[in-house]
Amino acid sequence: MRIVVVTSGKGGVGKTTTSAAFASGLALRGFKTAVIDFDVGLRNLDLIMGCERRVVYDFVNVLQGDAKLTQALIKDKHVDTLHILPASQTKDKDALTEEGVEKVIKELETMGFDYVVCDSPAGIERGALMALLFADEAIVVTNPEVSSVRDSDRILGILQSKSRRAMEGREPVKEHLLVTRYSAKRVEEGEMLSYKDIQELLRIPLLGVIPESDAVLQASNQGVPAIHLKGTDVAEAYADVVSRFLGEDKPLRFVSYEKPSLIKRLFGST
Amino acid sequence: MSLLTRLFGEKKKTAAIAKERLQLIIAREHIDGKSSPDFLPALQKELLGVISKYVKIAPEDIKVQLERQDNIEILEVNIVLSETASPPAPQ
Repeated sequence: MRIVVVTSGKGGVGKTTTSAAFASGLALRGFKTAVIDFDVGLRNLDLIMGCERRVVYDFVNVLQGDAKLTQALIKDKHVDTLHILPASQTKDKDALTEEGVEKVIKELETMGFDYVVCDSPAGIERGALMALLFADEAIVVTNPEVSSVRDSDRILGILQSKSRRAMEGREPVKEHLLVTRYSAKRVEEGEMLSYKDIQELLRIPLLGVIPESDAVLQASNQGVPAIHLKGTDVAEAYADVVSRFLGEDKPLRFVSYEKPSLIKRLFGST
Repeated sequence: MSLLTRLFGEKKKTAAIAKERLQLIIAREHIDGKSSPDFLPALQKELLGVISKYVKIAPEDIKVQLERQDNIEILEVNIVLSETASPPAPQ
């Protein structure tokens, strides 16, 4: 079983959107996948996954022994092999203990899960630390924007010092850069950091680029992970991300912008 | 307007400014993050051990710190011998 944390430091960059789409993508490939919301007190993964009305028990209930893990796991309505463990909406963050989280993860392993995707909260507090503690791999979600890049750099430092792998001196957490809300046009115009700039700054391998798109809001409006919105660039970009994560070679898409020619701009389109 | 600015040159693109600022701040934060390397306490302890062989000295009399100025690192070791310190061992 592999544990993948989706993290960023900064809020609002697309962690939950990515967790939902990525976990769904792994499940679509036939892997038994669990996605866990670590944002205790401000859960949102349930809404993005469209299962908010089916939440009975949550992660904290399981940690505190009030419910069994099997009772709290919600089966996804789109993909059979996907299960969601929602965060608690009310309880205290201190309920997230290392021992508790480790126990849940071990139980998921005995249940035969192939992947556990940990949706980290923003910030570098307890919830975020617990989400990355057991990670084997990390997807660092970054917007082409200064504060997001800086926060991603911070979170990389934390992955390299506070994860179990780091603390036990094992092989380090495998890091992946995912650039989201990307506008090839604005990059072309020199108004936005390019994915190459970001990669040069953060120095980790690029997993993918998700274009800025109306489809993301459309997906969250309906509670459908963006990867299911057939024919949209976002869905295809996320599908590519899953393929690359699984070791397949997929060229980057949605990263170039065709400038209208000078003649076109002077005389209108021909 | 975009055509004019293209023809007559323009101000530095904001993305380039962003990259430059990030390069500086990330480099600085990496240095800050390592401003107190792990080996300093061990170094201090070992120095204390060595010096104690010859002079009576308290742990707080040895201060070890690493400073950075521009691109130079300075390892500063400050050893205070108190007046009541026993005389140095014979040569």
